Amino acid sequence: MALKYEEVIVKYEPALGLEVHVELGTASKMFCGCNTVFGAAANTQTCPVCLGLPGALPVVNGKAIEYTIAIGLALNCSIAPYSRFARKNYFYPDMPKNFQTSQYDEPICTNGYLDITIDTDEGSKDFRIEIERVHMEEDTGKSLHMGGEAGRIHGADYSLLDYNRAGIPLVEIVTKVVNGCGKYAPEVARAYVSELRDILRGLGVSDVKMEQGSLRCDANVSLRLIGSEKLGTRSETKNVNSLKSVERAIRSEMIRHAELLNSNQRVIQETRHFHEDTGLTTSGRSKEQAEDYRYFPEPDLVPIAPSKELIAKIASTLPEKPSVRRKKLQEAWQVPDKEMAAMINADVLDLVEATVKLGADPTRARSWWLGEIARIANEKSVAAADLAISAADVAEVIALIVKGELTDKLARQVVEALINGEGSVAKIIETRGIKVVSDDSSLMAAIERAIAAAPDVAEKVRGGNIPAAGALIGAVMKESKGQADAAKVRDLLLKHLGQG
Amino acid sequence: MINKSAVEMAEALNKGEITSVELTKAHLKQISEVDGQVHAFLHVDTQGALDQASQVDAKRNAGEKLPALAGVPLALKDVLVQKGIPTTCGSKMLEGWRPPYDSTVVRKLKENGIVILGKTNMDEFAMGSSTENSAYGPTKNPWDLTRIPGGSGGGSSASLASFQAPLAIGTDTGGSIRQPAAVTGTVGVKPTYGGVSRYGLVAFSSSLDQAGPCARTVLDAAYLHEAIAGHDPLDSTSINAPVPAVVAAAKDGNVKGMKIGVIKELQGDGYQAGVLKLFNESLEILASLGAEIVEVSCKYFDYALAAYYLIAPSECSSNLARFDAMRYGIRSGQGSAEEVMNATRQIGFGREVKRRIILGTYALSSGYYDAYYGSAQKVRTLISRDFESAFKLADVLVSPTAPTTAFKIGEKSNDPIAMYLNDIATIPTNLAGIGGMSLPSGLAAEDGLPAGFQIMAPAMKDDLMYKVGAALEAKLNTKWQGPILNSAPKLGAK
Repeated sequence: MALKYEEVIVKYEPALGLEVHVELGTASKMFCGCNTVFGAAANTQTCPVCLGLPGALPVVNGKAIEYTIAIGLALNCSIAPYSRFARKNYFYPDMPKNFQTSQYDEPICTNGYLDITIDTDEGSKDFRIEIERVHMEEDTGKSLHMGGEAGRIHGADYSLLDYNRAGIPLVEIVTKVVNGCGKYAPEVARAYVSELRDILRGLGVSDVKMEQGSLRCDANVSLRLIGSEKLGTRSETKNVNSLKSVERAIRSEMIRHAELLNSNQRVIQETRHFHEDTGLTTSGRSKEQAEDYRYFPEPDLVPIAPSKELIAKIASTLPEKPSVRRKKLQEAWQVPDKEMAAMINADVLDLVEATVKLGADPTRARSWWLGEIARIANEKSVAAADLAISAADVAEVIALIVKGELTDKLARQVVEALINGEGSVAKIIETRGIKVVSDDSSLMAAIERAIAAAPDVAEKVRGGNIPAAGALIGAVMKESKGQADAAKVRDLLLKHLGQG
Repeated sequence: MINKSAVEMAEALNKGEITSVELTKAHLKQISEVDGQVHAFLHVDTQGALDQASQVDAKRNAGEKLPALAGVPLALKDVLVQKGIPTTCGSKMLEGWRPPYDSTVVRKLKENGIVILGKTNMDEFAMGSSTENSAYGPTKNPWDLTRIPGGSGGGSSASLASFQAPLAIGTDTGGSIRQPAAVTGTVGVKPTYGGVSRYGLVAFSSSLDQAGPCARTVLDAAYLHEAIAGHDPLDSTSINAPVPAVVAAAKDGNVKGMKIGVIKELQGDGYQAGVLKLFNESLEILASLGAEIVEVSCKYFDYALAAYYLIAPSECSSNLARFDAMRYGIRSGQGSAEEVMNATRQIGFGREVKRRIILGTYALSSGYYDAYYGSAQKVRTLISRDFESAFKLADVLVSPTAPTTAFKIGEKSNDPIAMYLNDIATIPTNLAGIGGMSLPSGLAAEDGLPAGFQIMAPAMKDDLMYKVGAALEAKLNTKWQGPILNSAPKLGAK
């Protein structure tokens, strides 16, 4: 019964709006000195300020402002010479002051853009995503709803509050309405978030881990009949926790909207939650009755007025754009377009680069990250970067292969063991007893046993039938359980039989 | 000893005529004898005060050089947090809450060896002009126990007037230091906004709140001012500049050649005749000391009260949102978090607080913001400009502090507008962020109750108020043959 995506795009034109929240990687919170390390015991990273105790006052984290300016500059935005924080007032238990200190009508960065390229069947296509604003705000605490339906506030017996996250600096990057993507809308959105993530990572302002929530994307989607000017009613999908989900969530919403519109039903303006398992969204809070946040300028903070010198200084230290960097890498490594795209899609470009920087050959580095490691990551449904194997590990393994101390087959065992968390490369080789058997005397003993077991074959080789040696080499390899270096065995055997 | 000034007490301590423990005990004794009648204190920290006093004594005995006011006791308005000591802000909402941290003002008091006797009564969350809005019952005016001591800091000023403390800390959002000072015959100073840190001052209206010194003499206030003022990195709105030399100015007290501007709009209708008469006598004294009296006009002051009652409630509606029973304070009700918040705020807040939260919520609402909050901010700018023009014509500006002397308890509690009008002369300085001082101008002929003389100075020129205040005070004390509080009725153990 469900519509096919192809049926949606022949009739409707999508419009997107993407709101990306990024947790900045500052050492301390937005308005106090509390630590920001992820995963600490509940409520241990709090103080009077981020708990909103009576009398406590905020002080802006200067580093957070510098990071935000850097983001704005990287996204080609204008940096406001004067901007202010505002209070967004609403009651919620995980918000200690019952207002969020945010930016409202005076954001620090405005009017930028980000160019992206997607790979399609019709060749690569370029899109310019216009950025409306980049602004700062503080994160809220976390509510844990106990009892009742898993994790939902409805029917819960009680809730636990953890304020460690309260006051973590957040940057919100909001696009203007993105039109003209047509059927590529889901891929465009994904490429935008991916490119944005690479930029943020390159700037070093956030660890941009979608799975841990340090980068979150809310996707606004609406449809209108092709040829129509008037935008349709939008839905806002939250809980989109991976790049793949960005694409899936938008595709799913486009189909859902089209089904409603086709049957003359209204699309409700609401927040929806994306579910990884089903690939579908469910209704959240309705936004038909817009909440009145009673924004007003935060009187506890003074306006932000970055000097021209500061902005120039930040601009001068911006790293090169990911697109430029990718081009340089591609040239340096002599990689075809398809391979390059594969690395970007598998999100291993940084890892390959780091591995090469540690002395590995680009081709070998690429084939490990894109081959064996990507395969395991895929099996485990995690990002390659989150596996317990580092660029340094891979570089070390490659170096051992080059030196002949590991065969490809043994190297795969080492890589698997690394990912299983069995320790360092050296430790794994030692405890698993992995080593290329290259000790001549023990190899010779094995060769002699092979010859003794098949004297007729040895005779053929002595007589000049070199290919016949394969059977003897095979026997030696089998005895050594693959640990012998096949090339070495061949050399020794042929010499021994007078053919070396 | 308790009738002396803080400076005299400090001298006695320095000379070894008395110890801080003895001085503290004398004040604790006075508190136990008279506070049953006055109700200035919400909490008396007997042990904490004596511990602090003995520490100061030990340091003094060890020959350490101590700050000027070391060992002198003080009463702290219950809106400033002190680690481990109950802080209620005069509200039921915070009953039983003991803050886990010190406000910057308290930290500085402790660093200066000033002994904190306890926390003083106030209108709930500093909203009021009579201390009748305290959830813990009103404070009485030591001059007449049937009358109000002013507000919101009635407890601090009443404690001074009844010799329960020689020094006190108040906070002033629209006159809460100065108006109580005026009606109790004491001195109160609202420093320039940003002159004293607000860190740990439970916010009523963030852009208007300012802590300041309360005392019985201008020089005492100056010493306390210097002890608590200065830049604080924990308060973004704190001014990063040297503290004005207020002690030196108070000691100097020379007004010869100074221009003193009388604000035309802050006299006349609505002002009690006796209050105006005392004001004019003070002007004559200043003129006799060589100051030039000029008249200035601040025509937007007529809108000050209206602007204030939009800005302050707007900010308070947001500042008081945090009192939701989730983390501290009382908790009432059952069910969802929203139900508990609702029930708690219902019983935790008093009528005036609710009135202002509702007013502010309305003023900030979408569709009304521009007409109310937005317009009020414009008026605020115009009032600042009025002050700027006036300060081109005069070094300081003056007016009566409050239009009347202390009124009867209950007299205005059902008429919010009449109550609000009490702050008509003090509110403009808060809106402009400049300093203001009130000192006694005498006893009004009609009722024999004290009235206040207000001096206002440009931002960060707080020293000018002290100079003028000290000059006037000296002449008036000569005229009265001693401090005005000598004429106050004697309260005693019953």
